[in-house]
Amino acid sequence: MSIRRFALAALASALIAGPLAAAETLLNVSYDPTRELYSEFNAAFNKHWQAQGHDPVTIQQSHGGSGKQARAVIDGLRADVVTLALAGDIDELHRLGKLIPENWQERLPQSSTPYTSTIVFLVRKGNPQGIKDWDDLVKPGVNVITPNPKTSGGARWNFLAAWAYAQQKYGSEAKAQEFVAKLYKNVPVLDTGARGSTITFVNNQIGDVLLAWENEAFLALKEQGGDNFEIVAPSLSILAEPPVAVVDKNVDKKGTRKVAEAYLDYLYSDEGQRLAAKHFYRPRNEAIAGEFAKQFPALKLVTIDRDFDGWKTAQPKFFDDGGVFDQIYQAQ
Amino acid sequence: MSSCTSPVIPGFGLTLGYTLVYLSLLVLIPLGAMFVHAAQLTWADFWAIISAPRVLAALKLSFASAFAAAIINGIIGTLLAWALVRYRFPGRKLIEAMIDLPFALPTAVAGIALTALYAPSGLVGQFATDLGLKIAYTPIGITLALTFVTLPFVVRTIQPVLADIPREVEEAAACLGAKPLQVFRHVLLPSLLPAWLTGFSLAFARGVGEYGSVIFIAGNMPMKTEILPLLIMVKLDQYDYTGATAIGVLMLVVSFILLLLINLLQRQVGKA
Amino acid sequence: MSSITLTASASANAARRGNLLGRRLLIFGAWLAFVLFLLLPLLVVLGEALKQGLGTFFGAIFEADAISALKLTLLAVGISLPLNLLFGVCAAWCVSKYQFRGKSILVTLIDLPFSVSPVIAGLVYVLLFGAQGFFGEWLQEHDIQIVFALPAIVLATLFVTVPFVARELIPLMQEQGTQEEEAARLLGASGWQMFWHVTLPNIQWALIYGVVLCSARAMGEFGAVSVVSGHIRGYTNTLPLHVEILYNEYNHVAAFSVASLLLLLALLILLLKQWSESRINRLKASAGEE
Repeated sequence: MSIRRFALAALASALIAGPLAAAETLLNVSYDPTRELYSEFNAAFNKHWQAQGHDPVTIQQSHGGSGKQARAVIDGLRADVVTLALAGDIDELHRLGKLIPENWQERLPQSSTPYTSTIVFLVRKGNPQGIKDWDDLVKPGVNVITPNPKTSGGARWNFLAAWAYAQQKYGSEAKAQEFVAKLYKNVPVLDTGARGSTITFVNNQIGDVLLAWENEAFLALKEQGGDNFEIVAPSLSILAEPPVAVVDKNVDKKGTRKVAEAYLDYLYSDEGQRLAAKHFYRPRNEAIAGEFAKQFPALKLVTIDRDFDGWKTAQPKFFDDGGVFDQIYQAQ
Repeated sequence: MSSCTSPVIPGFGLTLGYTLVYLSLLVLIPLGAMFVHAAQLTWADFWAIISAPRVLAALKLSFASAFAAAIINGIIGTLLAWALVRYRFPGRKLIEAMIDLPFALPTAVAGIALTALYAPSGLVGQFATDLGLKIAYTPIGITLALTFVTLPFVVRTIQPVLADIPREVEEAAACLGAKPLQVFRHVLLPSLLPAWLTGFSLAFARGVGEYGSVIFIAGNMPMKTEILPLLIMVKLDQYDYTGATAIGVLMLVVSFILLLLINLLQRQVGKA
Repeated sequence: MSSITLTASASANAARRGNLLGRRLLIFGAWLAFVLFLLLPLLVVLGEALKQGLGTFFGAIFEADAISALKLTLLAVGISLPLNLLFGVCAAWCVSKYQFRGKSILVTLIDLPFSVSPVIAGLVYVLLFGAQGFFGEWLQEHDIQIVFALPAIVLATLFVTVPFVARELIPLMQEQGTQEEEAARLLGASGWQMFWHVTLPNIQWALIYGVVLCSARAMGEFGAVSVVSGHIRGYTNTLPLHVEILYNEYNHVAAFSVASLLLLLALLILLLKQWSESRINRLKASAGEE
């Protein structure tokens, strides 16, 4: 019986706690590696928002795999803003959910991407395998850790970076496919998300090299201590662009458009840009990027729109069922 | 439906009605929604999805590892139930109280803990590596995770039945000269088998669908260590709802047939 | 004559010796299985939780988000438990007290949620109540939120724990048959009287046990709830989801602390059940002596 009484008490307390959350709320649906960034950014935005004479706003955070999060919004999660790992996932909000207009990416500067990142290698201290560039990853005996591109946005950037390198170096798509196939032969574990891979590499000590978001790699160094790992920048990588968008249908229904737009605009402000850089994202603002130039190695970067014709082409070609990634594994 | 043999006892209509309504609202209609969704596919498309090599490999892996885990549970579960019912020994109450904990531990936590134990650098994993045995990121690891998650099923279904078999029956058989194995085969097995089958089938069915604990320890390599529920997730992440429901329907139909067969088998055994 | 007695007692002795050895082996085997398959993984969880001392452990448990996750979990359990309890009793009643066609199928259907992958259990509710689902439009027009809010979390919890109470009751009630109830009826008891005074006392332990398992499993459910929760920190995160979030934030100690909290809660319920069981047995025994 005590269980039931306990449950009643919980029910009562939940009912009492409910109405307290009546102030204006904003739900930011984001992907895994941005938790730390947005916890700090939310506080900063709230301060800025109140300084402009508004009431404080409760900002709720939701994090998960980028594709999974986009799907949740399409299925009815009432996000005011989405900040996801790749434009392809936000495109689906238009295609499947009719939640945003097709030209959503033109509404904010820099293709709606306030900060960028890239793909780098994380290796064990002293780099025992001597890994310098992509070519070292396909050598026999090197174990590479990367998540599954089917379930992880970050993994898709990894894949495309490797592809771009091979295509530039060896000159043809067939050669690039061969190269990538060799690379994935060296992968012993495909986790479902970027964080899962980091944990496999860092905590369970599997593998010689982790392909990771640059911000993920820096964060792993910071959290796990810099004594055990080091970052290696390859000769060529990809400009990873995680975009942001206001979800029109939801903000219009909830009447939160003004604060949602201000929230995203603030990402482009000097303080927003500095916070992004502090959490190891590359700021778009040139001046502020300059302040942090020491932190980020200069890299030759390809982009998704110029070199792969955008996600609308890349996604079906490489990652949908029967695409290049499937062919690699089916051939084995 | 109304060939009820015990007209004296009331409540048939009420309880059956409530049972059916509750099951329908909570389980059958939602699962029906999945079938309706999958029905958007033509048979040819449906067949193409479920006969893809990757799906077939995952199907084999999911059912084989769940079967192996259920067998392991059938053995150690019987052992545990036996010791708990028949003997008083140090730590018995502790074991008794803790058997059910795998149900309460979130499956993801179980997966993380098991991976920490059995990864090549882990507490147990390093010994296994010395012996040349790889546990984590192989089907062995998957089986191990499923064994942990479904451990309580066999123990808990056998225990009450075992407690009900009077000890004297065995002792009488032993005094009449029966060897322990004979006692087991002729006296215990027939009464235990129905319960054992129930426990086995529950563990098996639960193992086929398990997701949270397995993805951490499986390695998730296509064609090798990729389980069916993960393939559903993969389809969903490509916004392919119909593909996902097609695999869901496949899993459900196969599980249902297996469960039904085991239930029928159990009734046969029970009658014999 | 005496030789026969001798051989008989010798073989009995041998059997006893064999029994002793077998018994020791069995107990050892049980312990080994227990330690290897159950205790070690649980110890890993506890060990990681206490790695940085009790301070960090309690810090993680009493953190605001953890408390709100705990509240949500208890709320979901509190709602789904009575519903599944009532269902379990009804289902067991009609399955065990009557013969009817299609019984095998009904029993299989009751077991079905065990065999449905948690991923699917979550997905079906999204297909029904999600914005793109069958009832999506209607729900949106009436501004009713089911998916990514409490109702769907409760539904998913209900789904995965449907069979537990029924599963515990059915074998027991089948074995007990219907004679006692029939006798009660013939003596003039009403249906309810019969249930309260005859059936319930006979099944109380299985019932309590079913409730215990049901609540333990409901507290720990991860996969299905994860699909329908929306993962809004402090609002729609249950304890298991909170564990995942902490783990993904590199906050391993906190993650395992919260996981241990779940374990301790479950252990508490299990011990409570054991304690009341032995207490009632003792009461009954002493009543029998008088």
